[in-house]
Order: sequence, then structure tokens, then C-alpha cells
Amino acid sequence: MIELLAQTGQEAGELLDGLKAVGAGLGYGLAAIGPGVGIGLVVGHAIDAMARQPEMAGTVRTTMFLGIAFAEALALIGFVVFILLNFA
Amino acid sequence: MTVLTGALDFPPVSHLLEWPDFLLKGSLLGINKVVLLTIMGAVLVVVFFWAAGRRQAVVPSGAQNLGEMAIEFVERDIVVNVMGPEAKHWTPFIASIFFFILALNLLGLVPVLQMPVNARMALPMYLALQTWLLMILVGFKHQGFKFIPNTLFPPGVPKALMPLLAFIELLSVFILRPFTLMVRLFANLMAGHMLLTTFYVLSSALFVKSVLVVALPLPVFMAIFVTAFELLVALLQAYIFSILTAVYISESMHGH
Repeated sequence: MIELLAQTGQEAGELLDGLKAVGAGLGYGLAAIGPGVGIGLVVGHAIDAMARQPEMAGTVRTTMFLGIAFAEALALIGFVVFILLNFA
Repeated sequence: MTVLTGALDFPPVSHLLEWPDFLLKGSLLGINKVVLLTIMGAVLVVVFFWAAGRRQAVVPSGAQNLGEMAIEFVERDIVVNVMGPEAKHWTPFIASIFFFILALNLLGLVPVLQMPVNARMALPMYLALQTWLLMILVGFKHQGFKFIPNTLFPPGVPKALMPLLAFIELLSVFILRPFTLMVRLFANLMAGHMLLTTFYVLSSALFVKSVLVVALPLPVFMAIFVTAFELLVALLQAYIFSILTAVYISESMHGH
């Protein structure tokens, strides 16, 4: 009985590790969806603006990087959660 | 089958990123590969620009040409573009950040060395904290004690939204900015390091006298491709880090 309990406990531990890995992977994947779409929108519109007004390309590029930085923050937080779940 | 399991025997992350000290072992000032590479990167940048500026010819050639082009790129595309022509005196600082990060990222791709220093959290954290501190100091210098209310309460917002907006601004300007600056650099370099390791491990595992060797070109090609991609990432991350530093400092100078 005790042996069985120990075995079950071990399996539960393994299951927990596996679930952690799955959760980490899923968490990062889900966190990357929104920023992916967002960065696509930002860059696409920036290219539109640059094509329309090439003389403003410098300003547009700077603003584009700022926008990317804001959108990317969420994906980066997802990446940190992934690292914390997997390696911490 | 043993070959395949060998290929899947990916080394643990600590083997890829943690290096033992070889000088001053165990003490706080212990020197390992990462510290050595950091010093090497700094020395490389100094030596290159010293060589470039040693004999300043009217018609530049060789190292001077490259150095002038690089500095002009930083001054024109980052400093003047973001902070305006009146802030040209920031060029040395921004250029130092740019070339330091670039040198370290490129050292991470040199065979034998192959360890991007920024794949450890320490240096990105230091650089981000430096930007954060400078941003706050410049804000107080240019706007006085109005810097904090100017930052937290952007003009032209309905009164009812003010508390919520102030909270969001506080979070995004003073906490999320340095945090994302740090993690962006760190995450990009570490992901690249892991990606390269994956394909190197796979390539070396498939380098056998067996029928499996037909699959060898695939990881080898990917390793070459990823190396080229990492070259782009090295440049891009240095560029983004310095442009964001410039943006944050110039926002502190001019308010919203």
C-alpha cells in the first residue's frame, strides 16, 4: 500500500512537471498572439505612411519603433513567465 | 535510434549560459567567460575608434572611413532624428551604448567565443537601469519638479479619467520601460543562442557513419541560416536599444 502510494506520489510529481511545461509553452504562445497582430498592424501602417510621404520617413520610423516597443512588452512578459515556470 | 536519442539529448540551460570562474574563483570579483567577453567588447570598441581617429585625414580611408560612417549613422539616424538637432551633444553617449551592445552581440557569433554576453541578465539590467536613471535625472533637470506631474497627467484628458491614466502612466513609464528594455535585449539574444545550439547539437549528432547522415544538410543549412539571422538581430537589437534610450531621454526633456 505504501509502495503504491509512493509510486502514485512520484507519478503525480512527474505529471505536475509535465503540466508546468505545457502551461509554460501555452502561456508563451498565447501571449505572443496579440503582440504579433499588433506589431504587424503598426509596421504595416508605418510602411503605408512612408510610401505616401517619403520625406516623413524618419519621424514615422521612430514612432513605429515606439509603437512596437509598447506592443512587444506583452510578449516579453509572456516570455518571462515561460522562463520562470520552466527554469525557476 | 541511438543517434536520434543522442540528438535529442539537449544540454540543460545551465550548461549553455553558466560558466565557471577561472580567475579569483568564488569571490565576488570572479572572472568567467562572460566577464572576459564584456571587457573584450569594451576594449574592441575603444581600440577601433582610437585606430579610426588616430590620424585624421581630410580624405578618410580605411578604419577612419568606417568609423566616421558609423558615428554619422548614429548621429543622423538616432540622435538628430529622435532628439532633434539641438541635442547633438548626446551623440557620444548614445554611440557608446550602440557600439558596446553591437560589439558584444557580434562577439557572440565569433567561433570559439560564441557566447552573447547579453544572454545573461546582468548587463541588459545594468544598461536599462542606466537609461532609467538618466531619464529621471534629465527630466528633473529640464522640467524641475513638474517632471512627475507632467509625466503622470498628460494634457487634454477628461478629469474623470485622470486617476486611471496616472496609474497607467506610472506603471508604463517608471516600471515597464526599463523592464521591457532589459528583457527585450536579453530575450532576443538568449533565444538566438538557444536556436544556434539546437542546430549545432543536431548537426553534430547526425555527423555519423549511418544512413541517417542524409538528413545532415538540413540542420547544417539551418545553422548557417540562423547565424545570418543572428547577425541581423545583433544589429537590430543594438539599434532598438539605443533608439529607445534616445526616445525616453528626449521625452524627459520635452515633456509629452
